[in-house]
Amino acid sequence: MSVLRPLDKQPGLNTATILLVGTEDALLQQLADAMLKEDCASELKIHLARSLPLPSDVNRPRIDLIMFVVNLHSKYSLQNVEESLRHVDATFFLGKVGFLAMGAGQESHCSIHRNTVTKLANTYRSPVFFCDLEREGFRATVAQRLVRMLQICAGHVPGVSALNLLSLLRNSENPAPEDL
Amino acid sequence: MDETVAEFFKRTILKIPMTEMMTILKAWDFLSEKQLQNVNFQQRKESLVQDLVLLCEKRASVHDAALLDIVCEDIDLFDMEQFKSSFKKILQRALKNVMVSFRDAEENAVWIRIAWGTQYRKPNQYKPVYVVYYSQTPYAFTSSCPLRSNIPLLGQALTVASNHHKIVKMDLRSRYLDSLKAIVFKQYNQTFETYNSTTPLQEKSLELDIHMDSRIIHENRIEKERVQRVTQETFGDYSQPRLEFAQYKLETKFKSDFNGDILAERKEPLRCLIKFSSPHLLEALKSLAPAGIADAPLSPLLTCIPNKGMNYFKIKDK
Repeated sequence: MSVLRPLDKQPGLNTATILLVGTEDALLQQLADAMLKEDCASELKIHLARSLPLPSDVNRPRIDLIMFVVNLHSKYSLQNVEESLRHVDATFFLGKVGFLAMGAGQESHCSIHRNTVTKLANTYRSPVFFCDLEREGFRATVAQRLVRMLQICAGHVPGVSALNLLSLLRNSENPAPEDL
Repeated sequence: MDETVAEFFKRTILKIPMTEMMTILKAWDFLSEKQLQNVNFQQRKESLVQDLVLLCEKRASVHDAALLDIVCEDIDLFDMEQFKSSFKKILQRALKNVMVSFRDAEENAVWIRIAWGTQYRKPNQYKPVYVVYYSQTPYAFTSSCPLRSNIPLLGQALTVASNHHKIVKMDLRSRYLDSLKAIVFKQYNQTFETYNSTTPLQEKSLELDIHMDSRIIHENRIEKERVQRVTQETFGDYSQPRLEFAQYKLETKFKSDFNGDILAERKEPLRCLIKFSSPHLLEALKSLAPAGIADAPLSPLLTCIPNKGMNYFKIKDK
C-alpha cells in the first residue's frame, strides 16, 4: 500500500518508531543520532526517508510519528514535503504528524517564508517547530522534544494521547483557523 | 633507395617549416655544407623537397630518415629569448612608458610582469599585470588588467611574439593558477595513487556499518546509492580544480505554459544573469546531490565546466 496508515499494524513491544521525511539526508542522520542519545525507557526506532511513498517491499514496524523536515533555504525541500504529504492517510493527522522547519535564523538565505510552512501545518492541523539542526546544542533540544512527543504518540505515556498533545500544542502555539 | 623510404623522406622533409629548414638540415648533419650550398632554398617547397630527396637518394637509409625525424622533434623551434625581446619591443613601440620584466619558471614557462604607464606618466608599479606563458602550449594566463584599453595590445604582443596568428580569450577565470592549468591542460582527472580497485569499496561500506546504529533505518538506501554512483561518474574520485564562480548570462525569450502570458508576448529576449559563487565551486556542485539539495544527475550546464574549460557562459535562444 502506498499510503501510510497509523493503525494498520500491531505495535511492537515497548517500541516507538518515528519516520523523518526530508531531503537533507546528512542533517536527518545527525538528528537521528541526537535522538538516540536521549534517555528513553522505550526502544526507539528511527526511519529516515527522502520522500514518500516508501518502498513497499519492506517489512517495517508501525509508525507512531511522522516528522516532515523543511529547509527554509530550499524550495526544493518544501516541494518534496508537499508531494510526500499526499501519501499519508488522513487519520495520521490526529496528532501523529508534525513539521520541522529549519533555517529561519538566517533570513537572508530563506527562499521560503516562515508563514508558508505555518500555513501548511495549519492546513494539516499539525504542529510546526522552528529549529536549527546545524548546531549541536539546538539539535539536542529538538531531539529531546521529538523523543517525548514520540513516546506520547506511541502510547507509552499513561494518561496522555497523541490527540491530547495536539490540542495542548494547538491552543498555545498554533490556534486553529476556526479559533481566530 | 626503396620507394617506401623515399616516401618517408619526402614526408618528413615536407613537415619542416621553411623558416627552420636550414637549421634542421644542418643539425641533421647528413648533407655536407657543399651539397646544401648547391640547393636552391628560394624555390617552392615541393620542388625543394624533390631536390633534397634526390640528394639523399644515393646514400641514405631508413635509419637516416628516422634520425631526421628525431632532429625535427628535438630542435626547440621556439626560442625563448626571441619571444621575450619581441614581446617587449611590441609593447614599447606602442606605449612609451611601459616596463616589462621576465622570469623563467619551470616547464618552459615564463612569467611576465608589465607595469603600464601613459604618454605622460611613468609606469604605475602598484597595478601591474602578470602573464604566464607556457611556450610548449598555445596558452597564456593573465591576471586582470586594471586598464582595459591595454588588453588588446597585450593580446597582440603575445600573439606576434609567440608566432601565432590570433589570440582568443577563454571564458575561464579563477584565482588559482594551478586549477586553471589543470583544467586547460586536462590534468584534473588523474588520480595519483594506484590501488587495487576492489579494496577501497569494501572499506567504504564497512565504515558505513560501524557508524550506523541498527535503530536507524534508511528507507531510500537504493536511491542514495544511485545518487552516489551518478555523482562519482560525473565528477570522478579526484579532487576538483578550484574555481570561485560560474556565471550564466541568459538572453532568451520567456517561455510559459499559459496562453496570453504578458511576458511570453515580449518580442525582445529577457536578460538575466545567474552567478554561482563558492570558495570551491566544483566541490560544492559535487556535494549538491548527495546532500539532497538537488537531483542527480545535475544539469550539464554545471557539470561541463572543467570539460569545456569555461565558467562564463552566454546562453541564447537558437
